[in-house]
Amino acid sequence: MKNPLVAAGLVLSFVLAGGASYYASSQPDGLEKVAGDVGFLDSAQESAVEDSPLAGYGVAGVENERISGGLAGVIGVASTAAISFGLFYALRRFKKDKS
Amino acid sequence: MHIPDGFIDIPTSATFAALSAVGVAASLKGAARSLDEKTAPLAGLTATFIFAVQMLNFPVAAGTSGHLLGGALAAILVGPYVATLSLTVVLLMQALLFADGGLSAAGLNIFNMSLLGVWFGYGAFLLAKKILPKNKVSITAAATFAGLASVPAAALGFTLQYAIGATATFSITTVLTAMVGTHVLIGIGEAIITGLSVSAVMASRPDLVFGYRGTKKHLEIRES
Repeated sequence: MKNPLVAAGLVLSFVLAGGASYYASSQPDGLEKVAGDVGFLDSAQESAVEDSPLAGYGVAGVENERISGGLAGVIGVASTAAISFGLFYALRRFKKDKS
Repeated sequence: MHIPDGFIDIPTSATFAALSAVGVAASLKGAARSLDEKTAPLAGLTATFIFAVQMLNFPVAAGTSGHLLGGALAAILVGPYVATLSLTVVLLMQALLFADGGLSAAGLNIFNMSLLGVWFGYGAFLLAKKILPKNKVSITAAATFAGLASVPAAALGFTLQYAIGATATFSITTVLTAMVGTHVLIGIGEAIITGLSVSAVMASRPDLVFGYRGTKKHLEIRES
């Protein structure tokens, strides 16, 4: 890859999502905590994609938590990279075509 | 900060989805003007990195965690239009693949994090940059401040949505106080990650940093 910064950043993203995420705090996040404290947490509904094989950052059927979460992270990073690089390269080309 | 389905009623969610669509459409136009050979890969990396770091919840106070939102970080690295698109891609991936944030709530989340977090963070960055001396260290300092400011801004967005269309009936001031209080703490984590990430890019490729490149251009426009 021409740009070492981008290459290093991508590797770091895979390592963080695929490995380090196992050590992330599993406490409720800010909004969830507030919803619980104030009392409206039970108004939450299940997402329409709650049955997705990746729901909740795990891979359905993979027992080992570290592997399941890590794999979900790797899939997420790869998917986000595919969509975002695709989008931004397409937008850049769009500009070129117009000029 | 990812709102699930059910917290906010459907009419309010739909209204914010429409507002978000307008913001994203404007960002597509703005991004097409600013993206080139050099910045497109950094834009892709920014979105990808933010997705990864959003998985890393850090503990903030007893029984609470937070994670990077990344709006200020993205705005400083790649500019606010591209940042809005980056955050929108991240939020859509999370909602569609991982059931993180509701589908009917997607417009609410995009409004809070892709628009408020990005533009408020970017505004805070510009403000700090104006006050601080014109050097590289100031870029990192301004980025740190922008990260801190962007999180309560997004929390205020939720409070507004709650005030307009909550399905529950708890007092708005209670929600406001709790949301801002908690998210100022999360903002400290956001500030540290934003400052470190911007300083890392500044150390290797300062020419790619939108908020740094903008410095000279901005001054030129004002002088003429």
